[in-house]
Amino acid sequence: MSTGTTKLDVVVSDVVPVNDLVTRFHFRRRDGELLPTFSGGAHVVVEMRDGDRTRLNPYSLMGSPLDTREYTISIRRDDVGRGGSLFMHRSVKPGLEMVISYPVNLFSLDLRAKKHLMLAGGIGITPFMAQTAQLAGGGGNFELHYTCRTASLGTYADVLRERYGNRVRLYHDDREERIDLDRLLSSQPLGTHLYVCGPAGMINWVRDRAASLGWPPETVHFEHFAAPQPGAPFDVELAVSGKTIRVGEQQSLLEAIEAAGVDPPYLCRGGVCGQCETNVISSDGKFIHNDHWLSEEDHRSGCKIMPCVSRFEGKLLVLER
Amino acid sequence: MAAKTIISRPIYGTLSPQPGKHHLFIADAEGALAITNMAGKAPPGFFDGAEIVFIPDPEGKHISALEALRPAQLHLPPSFASLLPRLRQTLTNAHMGLRLYLAGTEGLIGQAMQAALEAGIDHTSIETEHRGSLARRMQCVHCKGITENVTTQPALCSHCGLLLLVRDHYSRRLAAFQGVCINAEDRSEIPPMEEAFP
Repeated sequence: MSTGTTKLDVVVSDVVPVNDLVTRFHFRRRDGELLPTFSGGAHVVVEMRDGDRTRLNPYSLMGSPLDTREYTISIRRDDVGRGGSLFMHRSVKPGLEMVISYPVNLFSLDLRAKKHLMLAGGIGITPFMAQTAQLAGGGGNFELHYTCRTASLGTYADVLRERYGNRVRLYHDDREERIDLDRLLSSQPLGTHLYVCGPAGMINWVRDRAASLGWPPETVHFEHFAAPQPGAPFDVELAVSGKTIRVGEQQSLLEAIEAAGVDPPYLCRGGVCGQCETNVISSDGKFIHNDHWLSEEDHRSGCKIMPCVSRFEGKLLVLER
Repeated sequence: MAAKTIISRPIYGTLSPQPGKHHLFIADAEGALAITNMAGKAPPGFFDGAEIVFIPDPEGKHISALEALRPAQLHLPPSFASLLPRLRQTLTNAHMGLRLYLAGTEGLIGQAMQAALEAGIDHTSIETEHRGSLARRMQCVHCKGITENVTTQPALCSHCGLLLLVRDHYSRRLAAFQGVCINAEDRSEIPPMEEAFP
């Protein structure tokens, strides 16, 4: 796969429809051994061989970290996305041999916290499935607030309510139920850590309110799986490997580099972890930075790019790859 | 501000107003001046939600300057030990949104931070400013006794009497620097004692 990530040869052991949009996938190791240990909040990158095209998408592990006989992920179908979720929903069946990365955790619990306050939106519930299992196993103090569009799209809401009772609070958009965020944040005991996973708008809202209400940044953790944005095709010169490549409309720069046989490092493929940071040698055009990793200054300088999510429009782009 | 030496040696900053609903200041000695200096940068109404705990010197210096800030509360305990139970109580009942500011001697900052860590506040989110003496709180690694206000190098353990090298190795858990016997091989060897932490 890539520097910093090691592959696991797995077989799809089960595929379970959860609701109209979400399907759960179970993986076991092909050699029958236990899978590597992980901690709540970890993700794996799933390699999808779709004809001549390879997709690499990150998904949160949602099973209990206390059970490593199998890994489970849940994928929300995105009919207008780039096709990864549709491939998983349509083409992945039990018995299929696949390759996934070792787990990586960019959204881990801070176990020094006195209490863990979790906020999930939609499919953003998946990392919390593992985190709550981990905390419940050790008697940890947590509270989960979960917003979903309708009760029928409240993925695993019933499971969570059954497991954890009143520690789980549900909010349904169609019933006009909203989190009273300021009140929730202001009533938490000192030593609470906040975790949020969901759509970008929700994450920004929660981070912004938490900061205004005096939550130190160290106590606010968030995870957003940003899919690379499509855009006009562009050409890139890779100086180190001496290749010129074209980045397609639906392809990310990272994917185009990989397709050319160059193996750059990556971890999150969502513009947050910093692994794939790449130096720009020269450019003539406009950068479309979609990442959360580089500073404003880095973005303005035009000297760095995160190829997993960012694009370019212009005549010339030469990268140190 | 003390120079950074080894990684555990605390480094201090300059107090600056943080966003939040409640602000708790704990200060001694010239730490009061760190608070009054910061007040110039604070938004209007900042001290309406602030509690200042100040351990004054016998002359009561700086008390009036702190009163002039008109904090919601000003508490003047005679010593850190006498303040500790109340501080623990305050932190136990506090909610997220409380911001902690520590200013003054290293011993005060370290011990107040120790109470804050127990309450679940991350040390990186505490505003600190060192003012006044460099005197250290030292733990003897041999007898585990704590000696307050150590200003010399080496220093005598006030519990077991060993002559200790005062290291920059700091324990946040104990809020103390570590003192290690300086003449363990030959007790007759007595290096000169110098004023190192005035």
